[in-house]
Amino acid sequence: MSRIYTVKNKLVESRLFINRLIAAFLLILLLTSGLIVRLVYLQIVGHEHYATLAKDNSIKIEPLVPTRGIIYDRHGKVLADNTQSFSLDLIPEQISDLDDTLLRLQKLLNISDEKIDQYQKQRKRQKRFVSTSLLISMSDEDIAKFAVVRPYFPGVDIQARLVRHYPYADLASHVVGYVARINEAEMKALPIAEYRGSSHVGKIGIEKTYETALHGKTGYAEIETNVQARAINTVNSVLPIPGDNLYLTLDIDLQKTAYDALGDFNGAVVAIDIKTGGVLVFASRPGFDPNPFVIGIANDAYQALQSSENQPLYNRALRGLYPPGSTIKPFIALAGLEYNAINAGHKLFCPGYYQLPNVSHHYRDWKKGGHGSVNMTEAITQSCDVYFYSLASTLGIDRMHDFLQHFGFGEKTGIDLTGEKSGLMPSREWKRNRRNQSWYPGETLITGIGQGFLQVTPIQLAKATATLANNGNIVTPFLVKNTEHTDPEDLAIEESHPDNIAIKSENINTIISAMVNVIHDQHGTAKSIGKDINYQIAGKTGTAQVFNIKQDAKYNENDIDFKLRDHALFISFAPADDPKIAVAVIVENGGHGGSVAAPIAGKVIKQYLEGTNENRNPE
Amino acid sequence: MKTETRSEQFHPPSVLGNILRKLHIDIPLFIGLLLIALLSFTILYSAGSQDMDVLIRQASRVGLAFLLMTALAHVDPYQFKRYSALLFGLGIVLLVAVLIMGQIGKGAQRWLDLGFFRFQPSEMIKITTPMMVAWYLAEHALPPKVKQLLVASLLIVVPTFLIAKQPDLGTSLLVASSGAAVLFFAGLSWRFILAITTLLAGMTPILWHFMRGYQRDRVLTFLNPEADPLGRGYHIIQSKIAIGSGGIYGKGWLGSTQSELDFLPESSTDFIFAVFAEEFGLFGCLGLLTLYLLIISRCLYIASQAQDTYSRLLASSLAFTFFVYVFVNIGMVIGVLPVVGVPLPLISYGGTSVVTLLAGFGILMSIHTHKKFLPH
Repeated sequence: MSRIYTVKNKLVESRLFINRLIAAFLLILLLTSGLIVRLVYLQIVGHEHYATLAKDNSIKIEPLVPTRGIIYDRHGKVLADNTQSFSLDLIPEQISDLDDTLLRLQKLLNISDEKIDQYQKQRKRQKRFVSTSLLISMSDEDIAKFAVVRPYFPGVDIQARLVRHYPYADLASHVVGYVARINEAEMKALPIAEYRGSSHVGKIGIEKTYETALHGKTGYAEIETNVQARAINTVNSVLPIPGDNLYLTLDIDLQKTAYDALGDFNGAVVAIDIKTGGVLVFASRPGFDPNPFVIGIANDAYQALQSSENQPLYNRALRGLYPPGSTIKPFIALAGLEYNAINAGHKLFCPGYYQLPNVSHHYRDWKKGGHGSVNMTEAITQSCDVYFYSLASTLGIDRMHDFLQHFGFGEKTGIDLTGEKSGLMPSREWKRNRRNQSWYPGETLITGIGQGFLQVTPIQLAKATATLANNGNIVTPFLVKNTEHTDPEDLAIEESHPDNIAIKSENINTIISAMVNVIHDQHGTAKSIGKDINYQIAGKTGTAQVFNIKQDAKYNENDIDFKLRDHALFISFAPADDPKIAVAVIVENGGHGGSVAAPIAGKVIKQYLEGTNENRNPE
Repeated sequence: MKTETRSEQFHPPSVLGNILRKLHIDIPLFIGLLLIALLSFTILYSAGSQDMDVLIRQASRVGLAFLLMTALAHVDPYQFKRYSALLFGLGIVLLVAVLIMGQIGKGAQRWLDLGFFRFQPSEMIKITTPMMVAWYLAEHALPPKVKQLLVASLLIVVPTFLIAKQPDLGTSLLVASSGAAVLFFAGLSWRFILAITTLLAGMTPILWHFMRGYQRDRVLTFLNPEADPLGRGYHIIQSKIAIGSGGIYGKGWLGSTQSELDFLPESSTDFIFAVFAEEFGLFGCLGLLTLYLLIISRCLYIASQAQDTYSRLLASSLAFTFFVYVFVNIGMVIGVLPVVGVPLPLISYGGTSVVTLLAGFGILMSIHTHKKFLPH
């Protein structure tokens, strides 16, 4: 019975299957007929139309590249613009013997082998029939030379195009950044429709952060071309929308003052407009000339920049990690007052060293013999280490960590530049998680004088200083004031910060007056800059020990000696009674904060306050 | 006299014939595939700007693929059936592995690097999905009931979803259709087919309603390439010009101005049909379509002659999927279907799809040359 059932079932299955095969075959025929109908329509009915398009005139769709937005400083000085330049473009598909052509061009215009290699690489990435530049920004002489022999070079032509130009070169290279040719990885990540025809993209700095706004919107034109691919007529076009012009909060003249003041030292200066958070100075020295990057920097030049001991490509202001040294002391002191761990008037005797109970180790003060008996103001003014060892010990790392975190230590400031480092605000948890070690009391002590694990970036230090000057209302630094399409007022007024730090004003006044003493008291560590000014500056010097000397660094006695010298730091704001500008300075291997770093901040403050106020201008 | 010719047809006495039979090769199918491969080299030479390197690379891949086909033709179809579930499971695991590695690498990834070559699990799943569904359905009486339909749907949806997530829409579409084809050939009732179609059609507006703005934009660009006139729309416009300008007789081999002057992008890969149509015209296109239809017909014939349910379902599904390949590619090149990344089977430049396709044909040959009962 069951067997019959199966057999019957198999027969049914077979019949069903054959039916389905027939149905599928009919469907396939039907769909194929559909394709054929369409082909007939294209190749017979539409043939004449398409043949005309293809043979005599072809429609070519060309992207219309938008003009990149110009970058200005706060006073409208141009930091990045586009200049006309002439490039030598090759369309490989129109050249019968590319190698020969390249060889002849190389001889004619004296092109380096490296440029040829670069071109070859670039060409392989490019879609076919798109021209690729062999030379960007040709000299007048080269243009003249080529113009004469142009008929012998089919597929090679001189093109006028806009090339990004940075008039201030190395002065603002780290803020403004630069554009350079789109590389393979970027090609994949960028919106493809928007970047057809664009050859460059922002690589670092403002150029990168605001790439979308600066780039604009690509348009296109449907162009009728003849067989030689020469444009005859534009059929239809959608115009490109140029990129937004950006106005930075940066003051390029002030930046120049800061940059020049750093002299031959490596270092960084950051100045912030306290009222808005706008960054006035963002200098990292040495800088580099971004212009060669735009036209394709030669390999050896790039290698030289890369391997230079001074690391010009390194954005110190944004990414440099330094121990804050004594510049941390005002914040530690404020923590002591806020937590009621200490009384401002309380005197502590400094014998020149500090000892933890039951530990023989001496934690030294920078001043041999000590500062004697000091209260908080004196401790800040003279930068007494022992006072802060003691205070740190009383506070403990947990409270120090929690308090300093409010000022942004250990986290990114959120400035509108990519690649910011967050620094390090150590804590028990951090040490346990990262190093799998418990926290030692000695580490609390050295954190109190800004050494040890603690690491800050110059922009962080400037932000913390501005926040302190702003009575604990958090100042968030930013660089782009507005674009043409936004109201400057919109950006200038930062929304009130939800986590402003609640600090008693009497405590903050104590700290500020101590910081004023640093400059205006006869014992102040930065008293040299307090002369000849009719306003008060509040500040704090710092000296950070350099621990790390690279093991593999070339041995050179003079050099090592210099590299072993301490970093000089200085934080400040002015005027002390109505703070307008906050400045943080770090001078690598500068020695002492008071003698090297403070004068730099002094110059910046002087120029900003005296230059912006016409009444006080002596001229 | 008449009987003699017939017997000769079934048992070719020539030495060559004997060898071929021992090789388990189906001669008509083999000749058809060989013709297509030769045609492919011809067009590639023209579309690839007469670059011999391109041709040699492709020829060596195709050669390898033919070897694989022959090897698979040797395997008894029973073995395919036996390992269906295992291979399918392995494929799914590898797909998940690729997805996870993609997540870690923070980028789309489709292949596993095995050191000596890159392996694309999605290619393997193109064959193992219909194998799995066929195996599962063959275990039960046909036509499939609701329960089997649900299980089979799950078997199809899982790999489809995994591949769509890579994201590789073209391949996921092919995998889905290969599985669906098995269901169709298994005799899924027309009522079900109608119901599913209606359901899918009905779900679209609901799905649309729940999509965010940018997702809708993406779908619209996908459906309407003109929205990206410098990208997908550009392909379609240029491809139509190339095909249309070919006319009835074409411009002759190496005569395609559109791809030569490079108005036509991706002329060696997904858009190679446009070059073909420009050079060989409507007649050439009809010839190519006929060749494809002959291959598909032979495969359907093989399916009709298969002696067990599993073989039938698998063979017919492979045949139908091959057609879907052809239809989707040509449809997109002539501008009636949206642009999805599906190559023209056996003709487009690229190795992976050729290997999978010929592996499929190897299975078909195996099914045809390992008959338990000889025809009387």
